[in-house]
Amino acid sequence: MNTLFGKIKEEAKQISPKSVEEYPEAPISLGTTLINFTGDWRTFMPVIDESKCVKCYICWKFCPEPAIYIKPDGMVAVDYDYCKGCGICANECPTKAIAMVREEK
Amino acid sequence: MEYKPIRKVVSGNYAAAYAALHARVQVVAAYPITPQTSIIEKIAEFIANGLADIQYIPVESEHSAMAACIGASATGARVFTATSAQGLALMHEMLHWASGARLPIVMVNVNRAMAPPWSVWDDQTDSLAQRDTGWMQFYAENNQEVYDGVLMAYKIAENVNLPAMIIESAFILSHTYDVVEMIPQELVDEFLPPRKPLYSLANFDEPFAVGGLATPNDYYEFRYKIAKAMEEAKKVIKEVGKEFGERFGRDYSEMIEKAYIDDADFVFMGMGSLMGTVKEAVDLLRKEGYKVGYAKVRWFRPFPKEELMEIAESVKGIAVLDRNFSFGQEGILFNEAKGSLYNTSARPIMKDYIVGLGGRDFTVKDVKAIAEDMKKIIESGKLDREIEWYHLKR
Ligand code: SF4
Ligand code: SF4
Repeated sequence: MNTLFGKIKEEAKQISPKSVEEYPEAPISLGTTLINFTGDWRTFMPVIDESKCVKCYICWKFCPEPAIYIKPDGMVAVDYDYCKGCGICANECPTKAIAMVREEK
Repeated sequence: MEYKPIRKVVSGNYAAAYAALHARVQVVAAYPITPQTSIIEKIAEFIANGLADIQYIPVESEHSAMAACIGASATGARVFTATSAQGLALMHEMLHWASGARLPIVMVNVNRAMAPPWSVWDDQTDSLAQRDTGWMQFYAENNQEVYDGVLMAYKIAENVNLPAMIIESAFILSHTYDVVEMIPQELVDEFLPPRKPLYSLANFDEPFAVGGLATPNDYYEFRYKIAKAMEEAKKVIKEVGKEFGERFGRDYSEMIEKAYIDDADFVFMGMGSLMGTVKEAVDLLRKEGYKVGYAKVRWFRPFPKEELMEIAESVKGIAVLDRNFSFGQEGILFNEAKGSLYNTSARPIMKDYIVGLGGRDFTVKDVKAIAEDMKKIIESGKLDREIEWYHLKR
């Protein structure tokens, strides 16, 4: 993701606590979901088959997070840092371009 | 400045109100509930008479009272509230928010039995039911301990960033007048400097979010931090208790107040005002040749496990007096005490006496009768039954 948002996210990942000592004493944070990634409880992950996609952006509209974004080339992509794996995008896609795949962690 | 106490004859509730005044609390949000009402009435009177510069937030329920306290405390203010029984239960959800956000709010809970049947009398089940909310709990034996407890609680709470509850008995303390030695304001100020908050919502230069979402990736670590702060609190409690003793002559460095332990066959263990009765009875029993001791649990959270283990090593039996009950199991203090000793070799015989629920009188005569029963158990080495509903009409 070659955007400012992408850069902020990368920086956030760098500073996010790695050990219990690095956590703040109280659960306060310097940002909301900008640095708190909500996409870590998925079981199934959406995988987009770009050859079937007709760029209707229905998935982009329906994603409740929203974890789907439109790339500069007009193609849709999933931001897995926020995708909770609900499968709404796969269900709504008119060309069945999105498959829900069990995620190995 | 030399310490000369100011002696006042006050109720337990007024002792609490004076302590809040002397602690220089900045915000009070409370809802009146019997038998707590006179605490917040007295504070309102202080404000009306120009004695205190306190923001008083009138609310429509205890849930809102605690919510307002949480908001105020998050700005860095020193905050006070008080409640009882059903009111405390209504606060339950908010109590977690206070400890989870690491806010050192101090609250006085006047122990009162839970309804139904409706009761306004003494019983510890209301506060003990809040055991797992992350609040420290101090059980006061008398009005003096209510006053001292509140002042110490602020110092301890603000040191470890956890909230604390000071607990006194309904009517037995809340409405009974006794001499309380109060500390001149300048000396309280020396003992209890202004709060240095961990974070402050009033700091507009460094904005941040509170109460946000923590995914399974982060929540666990924050719980561990609270557990560690509770463990740390044991050390702070002892230090602050010792300092209080050095400054004002009443030492609270022990989380369990003990007497006659060394050569005792068995000890009475309990919390709150009923231990005043036990104190008197134990003195009398000693004169009659009973080898009995006394162990008053001052702090129930954090639980003084190590101190209890020491006591257990030197006695043959412990009679736990529980003015509370956890349905489906046993008295709550008994349960905690027994559990604390499981992994040690020192396991004295323990019996749970359920006493004084809903304000039933507990007298010196009752302590003597329990001593008689415990003596038989120790001599025979046989525990007839683990739990005894002592006052039951049979
Ligand atoms: S699975 Fe749900 S959250 Fe993830 S991209 Fe699709 S609609 Fe959005
Ligand atoms: S709904 Fe399907 S076809 Fe439409 S943009 Fe999304 S992936 Fe492409």
